[in-house]
Amino acid sequence: MNRPLVTDIQRYSIHDGTGIRTTVFFKGCPLTCAWCHNPETKNFSRQLLFNGEKCTGCGSCVQVCPQRAVKIRGGIAVTEAGICSQCGVCTDYCLQNIREISGMYYTVDDLLQEIEKDKVFYERSEGGVTLSGGEVLAQDPDYLEELLLKLHERGYRVNIDTTGYAPFPVIKRLLPYVDTFLYDVKHMDPDLHKKYTGVGNSLILENLKKLSREGAGIWIRIPVIGGVNASAENMVQTAGFLKEKRISLQQINLLPYHNTGSGKYKRLQWEYPEESFTRPAREELEGYATIFHEYGFQNIKIGG
Amino acid sequence: MERGMNKRIQNLRRTSMETAAHIDMERAKLFTEAYKLYEGSVSVPELRALALKHYFSNKSLYIGEGELIVGEKGDGPQASPTFPELCCHTVKDLHIMNDRELIGFNVKEEDYKFQKEVIIPFWEKRSIRHKIIEHMSEEWKLAYDSGIFTEFMEQRGPGHTVGSENIYIKGFLEYKADIKNAIKALDFLHDREALDKENQLKAMAVACDAIIILGQRYHDYAMELREKEKEEGRREELLQIAQNCKAVPAHKPETYWQALQMYWFVHLGVTSELNPWDAYSPGRLDQHLIRFYRKDTKEGILDRDRAKELLECLWVKFNNQPAPPKVGITLKESSTYTDFANINTGGITPEGRDGVNEVSYLILECMDEMKLLQPSSNVQISTKTPKSFLLKACEISRKGWGQPAFYNTEAIIQELLNAGKSITDARKGGTSGCVETGAFGNEAYILTGYFNLPKILELTLYNGYDPMSGRQLGLKLGGGEDFKSYEELFEAYKKQVAYFLDIKIRGNNIIEKIYADYMPVPFLSIITNDCIAKGKDYNAGGARYNINYIQGVGIGTITDSLAAIKYNVYDEKKFTMAELLQAMKDNFAGHDRSLNLVLNRSPKYGNDDDYADKIMQEVFNYYWRSVTGSPNIKGGHYAINMLPTTCHVYFGDVMIASPNGRLAHKPVSEGISPEKGADVKGPTAVLKSASKMDHLSTGGTLLNQKFTPSVVAGEDGLEQMANLIRAYFEMDGHHIQFNVIDRQTLIKAQENPQEYKDLIVRVAGYSDHFRNLSKALQDEIIERTEQTFH
Repeated sequence: MNRPLVTDIQRYSIHDGTGIRTTVFFKGCPLTCAWCHNPETKNFSRQLLFNGEKCTGCGSCVQVCPQRAVKIRGGIAVTEAGICSQCGVCTDYCLQNIREISGMYYTVDDLLQEIEKDKVFYERSEGGVTLSGGEVLAQDPDYLEELLLKLHERGYRVNIDTTGYAPFPVIKRLLPYVDTFLYDVKHMDPDLHKKYTGVGNSLILENLKKLSREGAGIWIRIPVIGGVNASAENMVQTAGFLKEKRISLQQINLLPYHNTGSGKYKRLQWEYPEESFTRPAREELEGYATIFHEYGFQNIKIGG
Repeated sequence: MERGMNKRIQNLRRTSMETAAHIDMERAKLFTEAYKLYEGSVSVPELRALALKHYFSNKSLYIGEGELIVGEKGDGPQASPTFPELCCHTVKDLHIMNDRELIGFNVKEEDYKFQKEVIIPFWEKRSIRHKIIEHMSEEWKLAYDSGIFTEFMEQRGPGHTVGSENIYIKGFLEYKADIKNAIKALDFLHDREALDKENQLKAMAVACDAIIILGQRYHDYAMELREKEKEEGRREELLQIAQNCKAVPAHKPETYWQALQMYWFVHLGVTSELNPWDAYSPGRLDQHLIRFYRKDTKEGILDRDRAKELLECLWVKFNNQPAPPKVGITLKESSTYTDFANINTGGITPEGRDGVNEVSYLILECMDEMKLLQPSSNVQISTKTPKSFLLKACEISRKGWGQPAFYNTEAIIQELLNAGKSITDARKGGTSGCVETGAFGNEAYILTGYFNLPKILELTLYNGYDPMSGRQLGLKLGGGEDFKSYEELFEAYKKQVAYFLDIKIRGNNIIEKIYADYMPVPFLSIITNDCIAKGKDYNAGGARYNINYIQGVGIGTITDSLAAIKYNVYDEKKFTMAELLQAMKDNFAGHDRSLNLVLNRSPKYGNDDDYADKIMQEVFNYYWRSVTGSPNIKGGHYAINMLPTTCHVYFGDVMIASPNGRLAHKPVSEGISPEKGADVKGPTAVLKSASKMDHLSTGGTLLNQKFTPSVVAGEDGLEQMANLIRAYFEMDGHHIQFNVIDRQTLIKAQENPQEYKDLIVRVAGYSDHFRNLSKALQDEIIERTEQTFH
C-alpha cells in the first residue's frame, strides 16, 4: 500500500461542508487546471517551496545543502530543481524561515491521529473530515479504503472534495463511508474542459450520474472563472445536464475565481497564468444563481 | 454616531468620556480630620467607620444633568479620591500622575501644597504601604524589586469582590438591627474575643449610619435641585430620585429603579471605605433585578425601554469611576483606568435551572449600545443556556472589542465545589475582576500578586543569579550547563519555584495581618455574609469562605522555553546549552540559526502538540500543587489563577531573551494564551492545548483568541464561533474572549509578521495564516477587512 503525500491538514475549516471540519490536502492531481489555487498539490512528489520575495541572499542554505543544489544568483538563493533531493536540511538553517518542504508521508494511523484531535469540535458542530487535494481519488485506493473505513467506524462524517476524475470502481469502493461528495463541475464543453484542465469531461459527468444513482450525498461545486466558464451559456448547459440526468444533489456552490494562489506559484518557482482570468462580479454570480433556480434547484450558494 | 439609546444617555455618556480623570483630595482631607478627631479614643474598626461617616456626612454631592441614578465617589465624573491610609503619595508621585502620558490624573495646584503640608506629615509613617515595607524580609524585597512577583495589597486594599444579594431584600436599618442583636448575643463569660467582636459590630453599626446619611443627603439635594428646576419633566424625575434616596439605602428597594440605586449606594460605600484594588461588582445583576423587573412591568410602572434606560444610566456611573491612581510596580502590573467592575449575565439559578431571563437580554443590548470599557460585561454560558442567548452574545463579541467575555458556568461551579463551597453558594457564584472565581456575597477571595514563572526559569539557568539586575536572587543549584538531563533542569526549576513561593506566602501572611489589625472594612463586612454573625471583619476572616489567590503568569513563554531546551539541547542536540545561554545573553544577535530553530522549528504550546503540552502540564501542576492548600491567616487557604492584567508586559520587561526566542524586555505570554505567534494550527488547536490544563483546580484562567472579522462573518461564522465556545467549555475551559482584528492590526501584522504568526484570515474559499500570503494579497485583505466594518 502506498502512503500518500499530504501538503496540509487544515483544522477549523468551516467552508468545506457543514460544521467545524478538518480538511486534509493530498498531493497530486491528474488534472492541470490553469487557475488552480493550490498548485503545490498538483505534483505527486515532494517539492521545495521558497519565498523569494523575502530572501536576503545570506547563503546559509548554500553552505548546508548536501546536494550542492543551491547557488546565490542576483542576490537571492536559487535552487537547481534537478539536483535538489527535497531532503529539507536547508529549512533548519534558513534564517528567514522561507524554505519549506511541501508534502509529508502519512500512514493511515498517523493521519487518523491528527484528524481525531478535533473530535470534540466535530461532535459539537455536526462537522467532520474533508478529504481534498489535489485529487484524493488519485491516491492508492487500498489506503483510502482503510482510512475511510476507520473514520467511518469512529463515527466521523467524511466529505470528499473531488474533480470526479477517477475510475468509478474506485469511487464505488469508498462510497459506503462517504457522507457527501463535493463534486466539481468545471465546464460542459468537452473541448474547453480539455483545454483548461488537461482532460475531457466525459468520465467526470458519467461518474456524477452513477454516483447520483447510487444515492450518494452530492454538493455540486462550480468554480466560476471569467474567461473560462463564466457564461450564461455554460451555466444553462450545466443546469440542463443536472436536471435532465436527474442528479440528486443537496446544494450548489458557485465559487468565484480568486487569484489567491499566485503567491504559491512564485514559491514553486512557477509562472502564474493570471492575465486571462477574471473574478466575476457579484451581480453576475447572482445571475447564474437565478439560472439554477429557474431549473428548479434549491439551496444555491455563492461562495463555499 | 453617538452611543446611547436617547439624548439623555448620549449626554451622560459624553460627559463621562470627555471629562479628564483627576485627583480629588476631599476624601483624604475628611479622613485625615476624622483620624485626628477619633484616633486613640476609639477602637480601630470604629475609627474606620467614623472616618467613613465623617466623609459621607460632609463630602460634596453631585447630581448630573439628566441623571436617574445618583451618587459619586468624589466630586463628579472621573474624580479619583486618594487613600493616604494605604498609600501616602509623595509630591513627586502626584507630579508623575499629572504629567504621565498614559493613565494620567490631573492634579490641581493647591493639591500639591495640601499633600505636602497636611497629608504627608500625618500619613507618611501610618500608611499601610510604609508598614508593609518595614516588615518585609530582605529576600522578599529583592524578589519584589526584581520582578519575581508583585504584591496586590501594597497600595490597594483587599476587596475585588461581590457583596451579598441581601441588599435587595434588606435595608441598612434592618442590617443595623441585626448588628444590635449580634452585640446582645455576645458571650462575655466564655468568649475571649467578645470585646473585639463588640468593637467590630459597633463599627458596622456606625457604617450603616454612614450610608444612610449619604442617602438622606442625596434626598435633600435632589429636593433642593427640584426647587430650582423649571422644566416639569425633570422636576418630576428629581422628585422620584429624592423618593428613591429616602427609600434606599435605609430600607429595602421596592422597585427596579430603587434596586439599581441601592446597588449604587452600596458600590459607593465599599469603594469609598477603601480602594478594594480595585473591583467591586454587582455580580449576577440579571438574577437580582428580574424580580423587580417582572413586578414593575406587571404593575405598569416600568416598560422595557425605561428599564434599559436605567441600566444605561448605571453603566455611565461605572464608567465615571477611574481606578484609584496607582504608582510604581502596582501601576506596572495594572496599567489601566479600568476599575474591574465585572457583571455576570446568564448562568444558572440557585436551584440549578437556566438563569437567562428578560433582564439578561436587556444587559446584552445595553453593553452593545454603550460600548464602554466599564463595567466590563461577561456572559456565563451553561449547558442549559439557550442557543439564542449564546448567539446574541457572540454577535456582540464578534464586533471585535472583547465584550462580552464568555465564562463556563459548570466550570465555575466545579471550581467552587472543589474549594469547599456548598452547591447553593456555588450556583450563586461567578467571576469578577478579570476571571476570578468567587462565591458571591459569601467570600473574601483576595488576589495577592502575580508570579513570574518564566523569570524563575531564567534564574534557574543562571544558577539563581539574575542576569538582568546582576544580583543573586535564587538558590545556587548549578547553572544550565551543569544539568545533565532535562529532568535535572526541571528539578532545579521546581526548587527555585518553591523557594520564591515560600518568600511570597510568608510575606502575604504578614500583610494580611497588617490589614486585619489596621484596616478593617466595617462597611464591606455588613454586606458580606457571616461577618455580622461571626462579629468579624472581612479582612480578618469574617466571610463564610476565605481564599487567597496567587496568579501565575507566562505559562506560554515558559512552556515554549522548556520545550525549546528539551527538544534542541537534550533530544535532538541541535545546539548546546552553552550556545543557548550565550544567545540569550546576546539577545540572539548573531545567533540567527538558533533563533530560527527555537522560533520556527520547535514544539510549542497552543498547537495541540503533546510534546509541548505535556511540559505545560508539568509546569502548571507543580505550580498548582505548591500553592494550593497553604493556609492563610483568615482561616482559609491559598489557590491559583492564571491571569495577568498587564503584568505580562512588566514581567517581560525585567527579563533577558528567553530560550523560546522571545527577545529581552518583550512581554511574556498573557493568561493561558500561547506565546504571541507560537500557535499556528488555528483556534481548535489552541483550545485543545489550553484544555489540557486542569482548569477546575484553579480559581480562574484567561484565554484570548484572535480572529479577523471575516472568519466569524455571516451566519456560518457566528454559528461556528458559538460551537467553539461550547466545545471549549465541554472540555472544562474556564473563560474565553475574542479579539476580532481591525485593519490597523493587519497593517502591523504585515510589518512584523513574526509577531502575528497566529493571525488567521479568511482568504477566498478557505482560510489561511496571514503571514503566508503575498504582500499583494495581504493588501487586498486589508482593504477587504476594512469593508466588513461598515
